[in-house]
Amino acid sequence: MAAHTSQSVAKAAGDDVEKDVAARGRSRRTDSGNRGGLRRALATHWYAWAMIAPVVLVLGVIIGWPLIRGVYLSLTDANERNVSRTIGARHIEATYEFVGLDNYAAVLGDPVFLQRLVWTVVWTVACVSITFTLGLVLANMLNRNFRGRAAYRMALILPWAVPGFVSVFAWRFLFNRDNGILNKILDGGGIAAVPWLDDPTWAKFSVVAVTVWLGVPFMMVALLGGLQSIPGELYEAAEMDGASPWQRFRHITLPGLRAVSMTVILLSTIWTFNMFPVIFLLTRGGPGDSTEILVTQAFREAFVASPRDFAGSATWGVLILALLMIFALVYRRSLRKQGEVW
Amino acid sequence: MSANTARTRGSRSPLASFGLHATLLAASVVAVFPVLWILLTSLKPAEHAISTDFVKQPTLGNYEYLLEQSHFLSWFANSVLVAGVTTVLGVFIAATTGYAVSRFKFPGMKPLMWTLLITQMFPMAILIVPLYNLMGDLGLLNQPVGLIITYLTIAVPFCAWMMKGFFDTIPVEIDESGRVDGLNPFGTFWRLILPLAKPGLAVTGFYAFITAWGEVAYASAFMVGEENLTLAGGLQTFVTQYTSNWGAMSAASVLIAIPAAIFFVFAQRHLVAGMTAGATKG
Repeated sequence: MAAHTSQSVAKAAGDDVEKDVAARGRSRRTDSGNRGGLRRALATHWYAWAMIAPVVLVLGVIIGWPLIRGVYLSLTDANERNVSRTIGARHIEATYEFVGLDNYAAVLGDPVFLQRLVWTVVWTVACVSITFTLGLVLANMLNRNFRGRAAYRMALILPWAVPGFVSVFAWRFLFNRDNGILNKILDGGGIAAVPWLDDPTWAKFSVVAVTVWLGVPFMMVALLGGLQSIPGELYEAAEMDGASPWQRFRHITLPGLRAVSMTVILLSTIWTFNMFPVIFLLTRGGPGDSTEILVTQAFREAFVASPRDFAGSATWGVLILALLMIFALVYRRSLRKQGEVW
Repeated sequence: MSANTARTRGSRSPLASFGLHATLLAASVVAVFPVLWILLTSLKPAEHAISTDFVKQPTLGNYEYLLEQSHFLSWFANSVLVAGVTTVLGVFIAATTGYAVSRFKFPGMKPLMWTLLITQMFPMAILIVPLYNLMGDLGLLNQPVGLIITYLTIAVPFCAWMMKGFFDTIPVEIDESGRVDGLNPFGTFWRLILPLAKPGLAVTGFYAFITAWGEVAYASAFMVGEENLTLAGGLQTFVTQYTSNWGAMSAASVLIAIPAAIFFVFAQRHLVAGMTAGATKG
């Protein structure tokens, strides 16, 4: 069997190979014997596969299975009353049923979905673009030599060092309508209290502001790293050629930052799209449902609403995942078009 | 604005210098003020929490209340347990994968990298309900174990992803010399590369820890009952629709933030390098 396959392989590959095989000796060839691609692949790659096995296993069990189950739930009418549950010593079997695409029809047919989607996109674009711009400006400033640079850098990084939910509570305190420091300062200047978290428009402004505040340090540090990897000679040469500062920024700094920018923009877009804590802890999606994004909506369906609608939440989850995957594909394709290997 | 800042590269006029410092100073104030204000508030008597005075009668009353009369210590212990075990398990499971992806070319590598990237995008919204039901069936709701398993869904993909970036920075020649000395690939990894990657492991671990430490959604959904909460859930109980104990909230915030912040200052330089290296070299 082994001899036969090795012969056919050799024939297919040409006479030279056949000679080569013969010259190398029979024992090795038959020993490694190939019953086909899989066996050979296993022989060469088993170390690599053994090393990734733990992660593949973990991903399969705690992400893959729930993922499939989530997709399945979105096709049922599961809610807190009909899933299997244990009350005291009594175990009640699940009674929910398969309903096909009804949930999707319901969610997509409801204007609420479009509302959430539009606000989520606006919120993501606003947060990422403002964060990126501020990060770029500050990184450029910090990338120069001047006194006090280290101190500024420390101060500007501080928001990143504080766990997110702590910062959000801090902001909730500052934003407090009657007693918050922001309104007291405004009051001192003779400006009427701003309903930071109680008015739909102001609440939207507030959640964006807090997210930007949280995100700028990471952006700034990442871009600063990128700036420092651009060789200084490029700037010197450009200056010699009489390039204006704007031209230098446009033609040296920006292209030099491309790789880093692409990465941080992708990361921060995904993070912002899925930014649960800021909205959940700052406004609870309110006032009303004006700041609710897709992710908090999915959470609301399953854990805030009554009765808890597990199927509905899973449906929102699947839709969010689909949107993000489309985004990742488009993003990757656009990078490829520009010749980036990624 | 960016045009403005770029124009002043190199030698600066006094005006440009003033602009630079003014901008940075303003930004620094915005960055520091909320944190500083919470610190000051935590030192005010609870009933004056909302006053705008800087500290008039500094007191540690809020901290005493927090440590003696609230569940803060059990929240803290829960958080340390959950985040700590998640970190150790996450790094341990992910290290070999990071190495394999960094060093070998093998069928299935690209899909694996993609899976790692994509799983970083979605966990919460889509996994939360199935995981909640699963934990319910296994009787793990309200148990640290349930939260640890859940957090591994977040920690493992990005630990593997970040670790790949760190392993990429270790020269392949070291592997080759190990191979020449008769070590198998796993031996090379375990005896040579892992010790060299210690700083990377530490940073990855720190990131996993901080992520689990600050997670809100799963913690809010899976843990109920005052003493079972983690810090993220516990802090919410101070400021609800009906009560606002800003004094306790601010003291708790300080106690949660200070250890993290100190550690962070040392780690931050490597944090970004790790994240972006994994992504750009992928």
